[in-house]
Amino acid sequence: MSFHSILFDETSAAVEHDQPSYFTDLNLDQVVTAIAAGRGEYNLAPFFYTRLRTVSAIAYRQEVMRDLQDDALSACIATFARQMKAMREHLRQSKSMHYQRQKQHWFLDAAATYCDAVTTLGADLADAELGSRGFCAFRDHLASYAKSEAFTTLATEANRLRGQLAAIQYCLDISGNRIRVTKYDREVDYSAEVLDTFAKFKQGAVKSYGSKFPDLAEMDHVEAGILDLVAKLHPDVFASLDEFADTHNEFLDRTVTAFDREVQFYTAYLEFAGQLGQAGLGFCYPQVSAESKEISVSGTFDVALANKLVSQHQPVVCNDFFLRGPERILVVSGPNQGGKTTFARTFGQLHHLASLGLLVPGTQAQLFLFDRLFTHFERGENLQDLRGKLEDDLTRIHGILGQATASSIVIMNEILTSTTLQDAVFLGTRVLEQIIDLDLLCVCVTFVDELASLGPATVSMTSTVVPQNPAERTYRIVRKPADGLAYALAIAEKYRLTYRALRERVRP
Amino acid sequence: MKAFLMYPGQDFDAEADLPAGAQALIEDLGLQTLFGAMSGGDEFLYAVAERAVLTSLDEPEAVRYRQHALRDCLDQAQTVREMYQVAVDAVLGSKKIYRGIFTQSPDATLRWAMEMLQLFTGLLHRLREIADTNAASFQSQAFCTLFQTLAAELGDDFFAAVDEHLSQLRFRGGVLVSARLGKGSKGIRYVLRRPGERRRGWLGRITGKDSDGFTMRIADRDESGHRTLAELRGRGINLAASALAQSADHMLSFFTMLRCELGFYVGCLNARDRLAEAGEPMCFPEPVPADGPARLSFHGLYDVCLSLRLDRGRAVGNDAGADGKTLVIITGANQGGKSTFLRSVGLAQLMMQCGMFVGAESFTDTLCTGLFTHYRREEDAEMESGKLDEELARMSEIADRVTPGSIVLFNESFAATNEREGSEIARQRGSGEYLFLRAQRREGGQRTFRLVEGEPEPTSYGLDLYQRIFGTQAQSAATR
Repeated sequence: MSFHSILFDETSAAVEHDQPSYFTDLNLDQVVTAIAAGRGEYNLAPFFYTRLRTVSAIAYRQEVMRDLQDDALSACIATFARQMKAMREHLRQSKSMHYQRQKQHWFLDAAATYCDAVTTLGADLADAELGSRGFCAFRDHLASYAKSEAFTTLATEANRLRGQLAAIQYCLDISGNRIRVTKYDREVDYSAEVLDTFAKFKQGAVKSYGSKFPDLAEMDHVEAGILDLVAKLHPDVFASLDEFADTHNEFLDRTVTAFDREVQFYTAYLEFAGQLGQAGLGFCYPQVSAESKEISVSGTFDVALANKLVSQHQPVVCNDFFLRGPERILVVSGPNQGGKTTFARTFGQLHHLASLGLLVPGTQAQLFLFDRLFTHFERGENLQDLRGKLEDDLTRIHGILGQATASSIVIMNEILTSTTLQDAVFLGTRVLEQIIDLDLLCVCVTFVDELASLGPATVSMTSTVVPQNPAERTYRIVRKPADGLAYALAIAEKYRLTYRALRERVRP
Repeated sequence: MKAFLMYPGQDFDAEADLPAGAQALIEDLGLQTLFGAMSGGDEFLYAVAERAVLTSLDEPEAVRYRQHALRDCLDQAQTVREMYQVAVDAVLGSKKIYRGIFTQSPDATLRWAMEMLQLFTGLLHRLREIADTNAASFQSQAFCTLFQTLAAELGDDFFAAVDEHLSQLRFRGGVLVSARLGKGSKGIRYVLRRPGERRRGWLGRITGKDSDGFTMRIADRDESGHRTLAELRGRGINLAASALAQSADHMLSFFTMLRCELGFYVGCLNARDRLAEAGEPMCFPEPVPADGPARLSFHGLYDVCLSLRLDRGRAVGNDAGADGKTLVIITGANQGGKSTFLRSVGLAQLMMQCGMFVGAESFTDTLCTGLFTHYRREEDAEMESGKLDEELARMSEIADRVTPGSIVLFNESFAATNEREGSEIARQRGSGEYLFLRAQRREGGQRTFRLVEGEPEPTSYGLDLYQRIFGTQAQSAATR
């Protein structure tokens, strides 16, 4: 099998450069920002925008990720990344230098660092136990590349030249305004001689009196002049350096550099998941199906919220849900601020992350490979214009239903809040009926209890409160018939405002 | 190069913390007076005396090492004081050599270090001269070794080498620096080199053929070029300047150590002079190993601190032979010299264990593993119950630290308890060999301040007194 990319088996499509329309509603934009933090140079975001279309493409990535969960391999990749980063830094230095010899020397360092990176990774992968198609193919590619004449020539020359330059030792004889440059000729280290003379007085450790000098990469004309004289002392070495820069000016292998960038997609995500994992939050490989709409997830959570809570050392509540048989629609109702929106986001995040071939939050997950995902979240901009908002809501829903296919997912959060209850029941029922007709997977967060029992396709889930203290939320969303009254009653009892209580309190 | 005057092969740690309980010893034995006499008014000598006296030696050999050195000092006081002055001049003189806080350039460091070295080599010369002239008059291992070291290490070749460095480091002929190529060919690892043979004469050959190297010149008006040149030169001499400064530090610490260790002996000389002036006897005690038989016998033992405080006249000396005794109980009339005697024993113990002479005509004693005092503290007198607590707490601290072979000096401990309890505590003494001493009181109440051997007089103390007075009264009250 020839190597194509560590991210895509060969069937995969082009990379998306714009974030999906549902990203901000699901807070996935925050998640990607957190994952890619500190990795700006890799431009990882597009990989997190680009969903995979086939189950096999997902399996390809899951295999790679399982390999990378091995500490030894991930350490090798980290080393490689560090070397490649250093190489790029050297190239940048090479470009920024003013003096030609400095440019050439930095360039040589970049090439030599690159050769080290390739050679080290090649050796590491040869020893590693690899299970994924992606890594196995890459290992083979790297092995043959490392044996290619182009690479071996590059590596040999770079190392030889580096060795020669490192071996050069010269002397500066500074007197007045003159500098004489000679080869070093075993002149004695005078500081050592001084130390030696007084060593007999040594009583213990003493502080260093060495002065600090500025450490600039750039030379000035005096240093450059000295370097020219050093070059005159070693004409062959510097001629080779000159030639090296010309001969090898395009030394990078595209596949290697692409790997360096693409593998960061995994390591960045594993690092992110690892941080949440330390707080006791589990991630798992989902089973993804393009056919079955029976889905189920245990112990899942909103990764964006979890990332925030964990950094504040606050607990994160996990939830379970499933759809079985004809069930397609989760209708979520219950007290406000009870985690309903979070639940809806979680549902969307799970499916998006699964479609990237990543680990998903939860202890086990069976998810659906969707073709499109639509979110309808309340927008704040039209609060004054109630008529306009209702119209806007319906227009957007209409648009969604027009584009959705039987493989799409729709997530609706608090729709139709701007009309009367009677209208909301009527309109909501119509919308859900259409969704049922289309056989869509759907999460619908609503205050309209009636929507929770429209037939076998709908499942009612409600946010819950602590029975003893209805004002306290559990943030757990459970399968349960919608019953807003139960909640109101609980609140009333707490404040001794139930009928019976009132009768007793308000006595003539 | 070490002085090793305090221990064979070991430095004296002048910075060490005083041992736990040191403060109680200082107060109870009145050690400030001793330290004051040793210091002769010098703060530094006071601190050295304090450290040395309170950091007891526990091996007879270690004690004898200092005793021998001190004998030399007593005989050659002038020489020892001269050597001490050299060390003082080095340490105090070095403080006057100004090293700017902000001028950290290699040149400034170099200048400072060279000035330090000039001071130190002058004083080392002086030390060497003293050693050459006087070495033959010293017999102790400590001083003989020091003089041998000085003769061996401070030979003419050393002084010649120092002179050569001091002139070389003025860089009259320029600076020779080696370097390697670092990142982007920038120079790194600048090392100052001693110019070799081939360098000679190139300056005169600017226009001539130069087969070994190439020369460039910085134009006079090229200011940034000259700055770079100065920086390169600075990088070159940086390590050497640091090396020289570190060497100066090393020499300073040698002098510091010498000052410290000689300081102890100078302190002993000061104390000796004071006591000799008062006509007091002094002797080198005979230390008996801590694990050997319990020995304590002395003749003419007096309280050195009391003697130092007396304007004229001598302190009263006592004799005792308590060999094989583990407990000495001192009783007798107030103002009879009991406390003074107890102090004289404690002082002699400490002075012996730091290698000093003691205030006695003769003194033989077992080295103790720890010396503790439990004295009545006056300051808490107003709160009787709190005072007992306080005394018990101190006793408990002593119990934590005391080891077999320790000595505890109790002075009127638990005097605050009522008579019944006090007597009971005294009765519950264990088995062992005791020596009873009693303050002498002549007929008519006159004190001699001498202690004589004798069982405690049962009159006017503890339970007996209580029973006699209160018991009878209670009885008579009951029968009435």
